[in-house]
Amino acid sequence: METFYWIDKLVLVLLLFVISLGIAAYQTYFERKLAAWIQDRVGPDRAGPFGILQPIADGVKMFMKEDFAPSNADRWLFILGPGIAMFTSLITSAIIPWGPNLLLFGRQISLQVAEINIGILFAFGIISIGVYGIMIGGWASNNKYSLFGAIRASSQMISYELAMGISAITVIMISGSLDLRAIVESQHAMNWNIWYQPVAFIVFFICALAETNRAPFDLPECENELIGGYHTEYSSMKLGLFLFSEYVAMFVSSAIMAILFFGGYNFPGMDALTNSPNLLALIGVAVFFVKIFLLIFVFMWIRWTIPRFRFDQLMHLGWKVLIPIALVNMLVTGFVVAFYHNWF
Amino acid sequence: MESLTNRKKVVSDKPMTFMEKLYIPAILKGMMVTLKHMLKRRKTVKYPEETRTFAPIYRGMHVLKRDEQGRENCTACGLCAVACPAEAITMTSAERTKDQMHLYREEKYAVTYEINMLRCIFCGLCEEACPKEAVFLTDRLVPTQFERDEFIYGKDKLVESVDNRIDITKRQFTGKRTKI
Repeated sequence: METFYWIDKLVLVLLLFVISLGIAAYQTYFERKLAAWIQDRVGPDRAGPFGILQPIADGVKMFMKEDFAPSNADRWLFILGPGIAMFTSLITSAIIPWGPNLLLFGRQISLQVAEINIGILFAFGIISIGVYGIMIGGWASNNKYSLFGAIRASSQMISYELAMGISAITVIMISGSLDLRAIVESQHAMNWNIWYQPVAFIVFFICALAETNRAPFDLPECENELIGGYHTEYSSMKLGLFLFSEYVAMFVSSAIMAILFFGGYNFPGMDALTNSPNLLALIGVAVFFVKIFLLIFVFMWIRWTIPRFRFDQLMHLGWKVLIPIALVNMLVTGFVVAFYHNWF
Repeated sequence: MESLTNRKKVVSDKPMTFMEKLYIPAILKGMMVTLKHMLKRRKTVKYPEETRTFAPIYRGMHVLKRDEQGRENCTACGLCAVACPAEAITMTSAERTKDQMHLYREEKYAVTYEINMLRCIFCGLCEEACPKEAVFLTDRLVPTQFERDEFIYGKDKLVESVDNRIDITKRQFTGKRTKI
């Protein structure tokens, strides 16, 4: 039984690795297409039909470039930076419940790599470590633009993590658990948290934009003021890892948002399928991915609509607007939950 | 001052109202604009595969015409070269001999006739100056080259071949000349 358990997990880990990297690759393609459509252009269409081989061409290009490191850079930290960025983006996908249990070979197969009961805390911990990749990369480059990008990234992440955490607490209060699986199960069918916590969702979404360094919060890597920010000095696949980790992070944070607010793999009418758990699991996974893709679409849509914030506006929004809103929302939720359970 | 276009807007620095400070209505409005653009039809012409149709009076690469019997119309009078504002045209002339009767329509003909396509501004004044209906601008494009020399087009590139005539009827009826 033990060996089967490890085989299941190993297969799931490999599958997740391939899927998240593949999705990240095609996010770059879709991002360019979407940008083109918004700007009344056609977008990449030369590599393969409709340009669908573009990510492969980009990847080959990245590998072919000279891998250059500045002479005064701290060599080990310079290599460590993109590694940490990529690692932290990928590792969060381990705790995400991708679907209901599968029944295969007479065994229950869980579609979650690590079933830890403090999943959401783990996710926040890893997201906080994510800033180290950018900070170390920016510092090790020994370049003032990179350093500025790293400083901006760290201050931005610290400010927005607070509001993000507070708005996640409301969800935890409603579902009464830190376990991501339990949070998903509590939103059965259409009983999603977004209906109870729209304010928390908006705050969480804005913070997720900031945490993944997406526009309008892409100050750490703004092209025109900082010449790329923390990855100014990076080239070849090290740069590729930085850019890629942003897309993986976008995928994973969309998954977390889908779990916290849109019921994960829950979909209306799922009770009719209780007799065929495998079909339920497959449809559940498909529904979950549709939710993730819709959220990714909104991420990209926002990026190509809204111009970048100024740094003082960013701090103002984080500390003086989002944190008070999240706090008030948390207090109100707390009172409502307390009354609901007759604690007074 | 009186407004000329009716597009004048009075700007003010009044403090923002609460709804404006929320930014959310403005952001949603902006996102609707981008959504509309996303769903629009693309107007892009993917050039090497598709080409745009030319206007009927398009002025492109020149042609030196032959008459119905396949003789060159040009008599090397030099009026085109004189008319050319960019000084792109040069030619040398010679007298036609008896055995060249089937090659050239007039007694004098152009031995060499060169148009520098980098100098040419495609104004069509050469065509207008020509008394013999010999030079015309067509709807063909001048292809790109790597060397400057290759843009000096001689008679080998300009004179139409006897079997493959270039249609210039569209340029003949542009209103400034009647058919001779």
